[in-house]
Amino acid sequence: MTNLKPANTTPVADADPAAPAAPARSGWRSLLPTMTPWLAIGLALVGGIVLFGLIAPLLVGDPRQIRDQGLTPPSAEFWLGTTQTGQDVLAQLAFATRGSLQIGLLVGVLATVLSAFFGIYGAYRGKFLDDAFSLFTNVFLVIPGLPLVIVISGFVPRESRGLWTIAVVLAVTGWAASARVLHAQTLSVRQRDYVAASQVSGERPWRVIVVEILPNLLPVIASQFVFAVIAAILGEAGLSYIGLGASNSATLGTMLFYAQNGFALSLGAWWWFVPPGLMIALFGTGLSLVNFSIDEVINPKLKNLRQHRRRARRALRLERELARASRRTAAVKETDR
Amino acid sequence: MNYFLRKLSFYAVALWAALTLNFAIPRLLPGNPVDILLAKLQQRGEAVTPETRKAYALLLGGDTSDPLWVQYWDYLKNLARGDLGVSVSYYPAKVSDVILTSLPWTVVLVGVATIIAAVLGVLLGAIVGWRPGTWLDSLIPSTTLLAAVPYFWLALILVYLLARVLGWFPLQGGYDVVLTPGWNGEFIASAIQYGFLPALTIVLASIGGWLLGMRNMMVSTLSEDYILTAEAKGLSPRKILRSYASRNAVLPSVAGFAISLGFVVSGSVITEQVFSYPGIGGRLLGAVTNNDYALMQGVFLFITLAVLGANLLVDLLYGLIDPRTRARA
Repeated sequence: MTNLKPANTTPVADADPAAPAAPARSGWRSLLPTMTPWLAIGLALVGGIVLFGLIAPLLVGDPRQIRDQGLTPPSAEFWLGTTQTGQDVLAQLAFATRGSLQIGLLVGVLATVLSAFFGIYGAYRGKFLDDAFSLFTNVFLVIPGLPLVIVISGFVPRESRGLWTIAVVLAVTGWAASARVLHAQTLSVRQRDYVAASQVSGERPWRVIVVEILPNLLPVIASQFVFAVIAAILGEAGLSYIGLGASNSATLGTMLFYAQNGFALSLGAWWWFVPPGLMIALFGTGLSLVNFSIDEVINPKLKNLRQHRRRARRALRLERELARASRRTAAVKETDR
Repeated sequence: MNYFLRKLSFYAVALWAALTLNFAIPRLLPGNPVDILLAKLQQRGEAVTPETRKAYALLLGGDTSDPLWVQYWDYLKNLARGDLGVSVSYYPAKVSDVILTSLPWTVVLVGVATIIAAVLGVLLGAIVGWRPGTWLDSLIPSTTLLAAVPYFWLALILVYLLARVLGWFPLQGGYDVVLTPGWNGEFIASAIQYGFLPALTIVLASIGGWLLGMRNMMVSTLSEDYILTAEAKGLSPRKILRSYASRNAVLPSVAGFAISLGFVVSGSVITEQVFSYPGIGGRLLGAVTNNDYALMQGVFLFITLAVLGANLLVDLLYGLIDPRTRARA
């Protein structure tokens, strides 16, 4: 039970008939999303960008090296052109992707832990604690996040604005929405009979939560984690773009910040400001597509719908083929006559 | 407790929490904002009296000998009088005046764009969810691309394509600077022309969420028994779509308005920066770069107030359109 990863980190390997523990796995397999074209695209996008962020920084040159070929468009030497000071955009992109992924992962984990604590623990304990936690969550939900982040970052002096500071600020302002989702799910899981059974048999609260409730929430937590990562990468990019990001960090947002300050827009240097944003957009899209498939696990109605649709399509195709075949035989008979 | 009373008291608590956060942030974080602010003030040739110092210290914390609760009380009293201090970057304008001149720009821009995005998204979502399995439906996952795009980057791309390459729209600003702001046709036309790109950015970036939420709710609603009953009664599909399915499916979208509004406001703060729009987001960022802490806090308070107010309005409306919320209370 403990060696199973959350649904979103495990690439789906459904078609594995040789699995020895087939009956034990089948229960868990319902927690894994079915492979659809959209999921495949999502996994490919996420996997490709993660690999790019991990490997590419080792292959490219120094992103800060200044050359006398400023603002050259993409060429054989510099695949993505150069910046105003002749820095290689591809090299910058590689390091920036790594930086953005780092902060996304960090904030994703922190925010998920916070939301799991306030959402699940509050809903499990009920009564006064639940009311207090819910109120707290809702208040954080209605206070607009980014302005708060901007104000906090504005007060922290530049030199003490490190990676962790930004990560904590983003996590603290970004956990509330998923806490509410987890809260609602926990409320429904908590009322199941097996939870009552383990409570009656004298299990301690943390054990009931970890062993009985948490496994049922895994798909929801996975999907909330994915959301948190997207939100974190977007939030950090926004902060860095306005110059409030972590000092001496290199992320996709800081790349856009330098592009804006280097007048990339008015000079028409599209190769400078398009790639970083596109990278964020593609990574976010990939994660959302993965989330779509996780949604089908959480809400089987969506999955039934898809299967129903596929069956309907197949029936339609068969019908059409039959009609065509009968028409052909009719035509053949016609000519025979 | 009555539904409306409960909502009102929740927003009162939220407001109090926002005010307290505003009070606590500068006191908890490192750095001495009061000194930086007063130094800036002195650069402008303003004599710093002990009273000015005390006023800023109340707002931002620092070297007062008063116990914390006295500071807190005085801070609340100052806010109640509408006294947010003097802006350093727009000296000698008062913070509240700076905010009040820029607030209408943002409220109109974000308000109009959000309403357009919500209405369009919900309508499209209803249509797509009504006939699942069509080619429209298979396009749904691609809307996630729009939702995953950073607002400000979308703004950059739109500016590059529509304003710089094609030259259809002005690059930045809120209105033609040769005109004087006022309620005349020429100025309003100019404001609309300048506001089109920022609004388009917000609409494009937020429509995906509305569409998707509505479509998913439609799918769930269509499998309800009362839809089957309506079909069995022989009602026309259009009537079922309008009066039975969409009406019930739209409720979560209305309830989720709170969360979306927060995101939209957050996104528009940075979008305004891209367009150098004269709204409140641009003021906030200007305040941050100029260490204008008083303005910074004021803007944050106003944004929070506006978002809380809009949410309260939507919640009260929700109580009217969904009787179940009132019954549960």
